Amino acid sequence: MIIDLKNVSVAFDSQAILKDLSLSIRNRDFVTLLGPSGCGKTTTLRIIAGFLEPDAGSVFFDGKCINSLPPYKRQVNTIFQRYALFPHLNVAQNVAFGLKMHKLPKAEIAQHVHDMLRTVNLAGFENRSVASLSGGQQQRVAIARALAVRPRVLLLDEPLGALDLKLRKDMQLELKNIQQQSGITFIYVTHDQEEALSMSDIIVVMDEGEIQQIGTPKDIYDEPQNAFVADFIGESNILDGVMLKDFRVRFAGVAFTCVDKGFAQNEHVDVVIRPEDIDIVPPAEGLLQGTITSSTFKGVHYEFIVDVQGFKWMIQSTDAQTVGDVIGIAIKPEEIHIMRKSRYSGTIGDYSCFSDEFEELSNPNEDTAEDTAETEESP
Amino acid sequence: MKNLQAKHRRSLLLNAPHLLWSIIFIVAPLLMVAIYAFRDRSGSWTLDTFRSLFTDKESALNLLFIFRSSLWYALLATAICLLLAYPLAYFMAHAGKRVQRNLMMLITVPMWMNFLICTYSWIAILSERGGLLNLLLARLHLPEQTILYTPKAVVLGMVYNYLPFMILPIYTVLSKLQPSLVEAAQDLGATRWQVLRKITLPLSVPGVISGVTMVFVPSVSTFYISKKLGGNKNQLIGDLIEAKFTTFSDRNGGAALSLILMVMVLLSMVFMRRLSKDDDGAYVAG
Repeated sequence: MIIDLKNVSVAFDSQAILKDLSLSIRNRDFVTLLGPSGCGKTTTLRIIAGFLEPDAGSVFFDGKCINSLPPYKRQVNTIFQRYALFPHLNVAQNVAFGLKMHKLPKAEIAQHVHDMLRTVNLAGFENRSVASLSGGQQQRVAIARALAVRPRVLLLDEPLGALDLKLRKDMQLELKNIQQQSGITFIYVTHDQEEALSMSDIIVVMDEGEIQQIGTPKDIYDEPQNAFVADFIGESNILDGVMLKDFRVRFAGVAFTCVDKGFAQNEHVDVVIRPEDIDIVPPAEGLLQGTITSSTFKGVHYEFIVDVQGFKWMIQSTDAQTVGDVIGIAIKPEEIHIMRKSRYSGTIGDYSCFSDEFEELSNPNEDTAEDTAETEESP
Repeated sequence: MKNLQAKHRRSLLLNAPHLLWSIIFIVAPLLMVAIYAFRDRSGSWTLDTFRSLFTDKESALNLLFIFRSSLWYALLATAICLLLAYPLAYFMAHAGKRVQRNLMMLITVPMWMNFLICTYSWIAILSERGGLLNLLLARLHLPEQTILYTPKAVVLGMVYNYLPFMILPIYTVLSKLQPSLVEAAQDLGATRWQVLRKITLPLSVPGVISGVTMVFVPSVSTFYISKKLGGNKNQLIGDLIEAKFTTFSDRNGGAALSLILMVMVLLSMVFMRRLSKDDDGAYVAG
């Protein structure tokens, strides 16, 4: 373990940001902290970087407690949300900054800066001013600057947030490559679940200052531990159900065969079914019947909202359907995922007020709550 | 084409009040200064006014001496202002919101008072007999100080009057500095002192430059402060110009001196611009 957080708590103005958080990060892993605005992910990063001291709990680096170690003494470097390049220095001077602070010989600095700029495909940009660079190029300078000092751990705070979609996809691949080649531990903060799924070795899902689940992308997607995780990672229909016995669950008024066991008899549970795992069949062949209330073409597939006894389901399918049609719904046992009840139960997972616009509104780009907290803390 | 002309005419119309104001109160007086400087009492064009300033050795030396002390006092006042203002502005920019508001109040309150009154107050404080300062020193059994009517008092008056003009621009620049830049520097291994030297200081240069300009220019041309606090021995160029116009009613001589002073000020401003141009001033975060 390269970094260990033990029972870390932080509060700003008596508002708890992190609640007794414990997290271990393995050397050379690509770990993503994923969660909505204000979930505490940026605060966690700032604690590891040393910009913030926890109110309670300890931070260990290589087994040594580093709670009060100032940032400049940590073998940890950060890529900031808006890059934070030094505007009065040119590209090469920016990359050389950390090396100069560490008092390396001039020739070595020059050689190293040259190599770093080549690594991020910015050879020949040495003397450009950073203001003249595009967002993607600034991003690369920030990466080169942070990697130049050979950190053991690189912290990335929503580094791709300001880039457009196409560039973001390219940079995702590039970052992953850099991580694998350099063998540096990456701790990556994002609210973009797709980004998290495609880049990470380990995802840490956070909400309201607590870790909801830690696991590989596949674990998190296939075996969400509660309704929050199921809803936040991908789309989910989350229904109220009752375990009749092992391998048998009843929801939407119908008993289904499933692959889960180990619940008490008649235990109330949350049932998760992913929209892409549902088959649309003729009404007579389905265990459930519903009416299509909306249909959206998404390119690869269609997205339908289907009304089943008043509960709105989301179903994705490659075949077109007409709004108003009655369809049958078939679900294979292995597509049914059972979760224990949590405080999120019943609050999410129904698509009755769903629209794309609504989704965007509830998922803003800025970590507003955390940002305010940061401003208070800055020296 | 027609559209463009109409647009042009409209913008001219909108600018008219400002243009008129500038012409009447800025351009015209400057022109008059220039005209007076190059004319004699009878109104004919001549360079004699300038020549007469330097004809006899004594008055030329006297004039050079006055120019030198004006420049010297102004530079001294500017340097003291900078040394006082920078730490204060730095502290303010990093203090809590309430402290910032209160300090801002304290700094701007003296600016609301007429500066003649401020200067008179300094006479009351510094005067040798019955002055507040010496009363206080006597109470503390410390030796009395003679400050009034010395260069010290003149520089003190300048610093007191113009200090806010140094604090405010530096404070503005420092408070707009992105905290993440400081964090990035710390993150890359810079100690507090290195952050100050490598990041904060260079990024606050534009504020320093405008503060220096705003303190130096009025200091070098002031006449009231030196007259009231400096007595007769510490005449500055501003006093001399004032005396030319009032005591000697020599408008042409006064205008000529004003013109020389103006050129000096302009040259120093160009120099300042040069200094800041290297960095273009474009990097101020905001």
